[in-house]
Amino acid sequence: MHPILTQLRRLVFYLLGWIPLAGMLTYLLAVTGGLTWWQAGAVAFPLCLLYAFVCLAAWYPCLATPLERSSVPRFLFTHVAGAVVASALWLLAARSLVRMLSGSREFRGIDARLSEDLPLLFGTGVLLYLLAVGFHYVLLAVEASRQAEARVMQAGLLARDAELRALKAQVNPHFLFNSLNSISALTSSDPPKAREMCILLGDFLRRTLGLGEKPSIPLAEEMSLVHAFLAVEKIRYGDRLQMEEAIDPAALNAEVPPLLLQPLVENAVVHGVANLVEGGWIRLAVERRDGLLEIAIENQFDPEAPRRRRNGVGLVNVRQRLEARYPGHASFQATAAGDRFRVAISLPIESEQAQALVNRVSLERTS
Amino acid sequence: MTLPEGHRIRTIIVDDEDLARQVLREFLSAHSEIEIVAECANGFEAVKSVTERKPDLVFLDIQMPKLDGFEVLELIGAGPAVIFVTAYDTFAIRAFEVHAVDYLLKPISAPRFEAALERAKERLSGKLPAPPLPALDLAAAARPPQQYLDRIPVRDGASVFIIPVAKLDYAEAQDDYVALASQGKKHLKQQTISSLETSLDPSRFLRIHRSYIVNLERVAKIEPYGKDSYVAVLSTGAQLPVSRAGHARLRAFLDR
Repeated sequence: MHPILTQLRRLVFYLLGWIPLAGMLTYLLAVTGGLTWWQAGAVAFPLCLLYAFVCLAAWYPCLATPLERSSVPRFLFTHVAGAVVASALWLLAARSLVRMLSGSREFRGIDARLSEDLPLLFGTGVLLYLLAVGFHYVLLAVEASRQAEARVMQAGLLARDAELRALKAQVNPHFLFNSLNSISALTSSDPPKAREMCILLGDFLRRTLGLGEKPSIPLAEEMSLVHAFLAVEKIRYGDRLQMEEAIDPAALNAEVPPLLLQPLVENAVVHGVANLVEGGWIRLAVERRDGLLEIAIENQFDPEAPRRRRNGVGLVNVRQRLEARYPGHASFQATAAGDRFRVAISLPIESEQAQALVNRVSLERTS
Repeated sequence: MTLPEGHRIRTIIVDDEDLARQVLREFLSAHSEIEIVAECANGFEAVKSVTERKPDLVFLDIQMPKLDGFEVLELIGAGPAVIFVTAYDTFAIRAFEVHAVDYLLKPISAPRFEAALERAKERLSGKLPAPPLPALDLAAAARPPQQYLDRIPVRDGASVFIIPVAKLDYAEAQDDYVALASQGKKHLKQQTISSLETSLDPSRFLRIHRSYIVNLERVAKIEPYGKDSYVAVLSTGAQLPVSRAGHARLRAFLDR
């Protein structure tokens, strides 16, 4: 379907564009064709209206003769032939119109005068058609670039979605294999404890499994994920790992992106406690204030520890997800001072309506 | 190294997690020829223990407080047979394969453990060739791509000293050693200057001479010195010779 005919708005603009052309034709007919202004206008405007539609047909030869892939002779032949045919048809229409008009008194003799103007009219028709050809090539180019842009944007969106989903669903293999090794140790020294750890690890894995799909979960659910994670780590690290929490009860039902806190706690364990010979603490504080959720997580660390070989994607991941989801409305700050590392996050608490919208959009994207 | 008949294999277990050490202890307890002489929970302890107790065999975890397993290996040098233990580290595992280094994956399987122990014993008794572990090459191969050294551990007797590369002024080749100048002191380390050069970030450190690598942030000025040669004057006041090729590289860098 022709792009101009698919939208009424475009058609109106296109036809408005023909008004000056009709004006010019009126001028030609009146000044060189010997018609009165009134006669010239009465002939030119209907003819131009008709020709506007005839010229839309140039779309198809243009589509079939792409500029960059057609030989010059073929290009010239197609469009010149098109112009001649279109203009000839136009002349026939012009003659019928004039014959009809010449019946009335004001237009008497117009047919004789116009037959002298036929070459002029034919030339104008050819030029106007070629103008339409040029216009259609511009239209094609615009359409192509718009499509390319849309494709790039779509690809970018899909890539980011996929990336975010992959990042969200990630269970640190180091954590998994070390935990299994601890279970293996406990099976002979403390079988009940080995069983307990199996169950805790299973609980944690089960909770993370479904989360990648959900756009958001209540903070309380995220906290139970954090607790499941810490329960496993507590067996591995024993007294070396100390966790302190101060969670505002009013914040527990706020909706947050899943796996917002757990990666931060994991980061605090891996880069903090795990590097300290005597262990250390992690402090997590969450407050609800003025429509914002304010989260602070602080841990001790050894500034002279060897660089962790698996460089944490945890922090970067959380920051990127916050930026993507709340552009300009969330903040993320990570600071190290002495032997303390602190991450402070604030994000808007979404209203239920906004929440439903986010859910719907991401469902649509997944499907 | 050849073990005399009836000699017990003196073994050290290094891992920061108690439960991980426990698995190894349990597996080892089935072998009467093994004597566990120490267990260490961090890198410093490991270097100290190995230096003092001179074990035949070390089980070495990679991620630990203070020093990682590669740094420990670098500092204990070519003494004991080493079996690395790791949970998940794709780069390290590739390096172990390339350099034919024994390693175990957590959770540790008993058959794999036995096989690794058997191989270690053959090396110790001389049935298998026991080339000294190329600690620095191994560490370099195990480093994730595009990652350079951020610190250099050096050893003085049983104690360990860490030089963050930001505090390294320059390095000077001295036979099989490099002298590392940092904060007014010089530390000797057994390493070739070329090997050190490849582990340092080329945008921060430059080989200005056959025997010198300089920290570019420390270069205050370059002065001509005789015909065709130059000296680099550092902000610390030290003066280092610059070869002609080194001068070209230095100029290219400073003009950028």
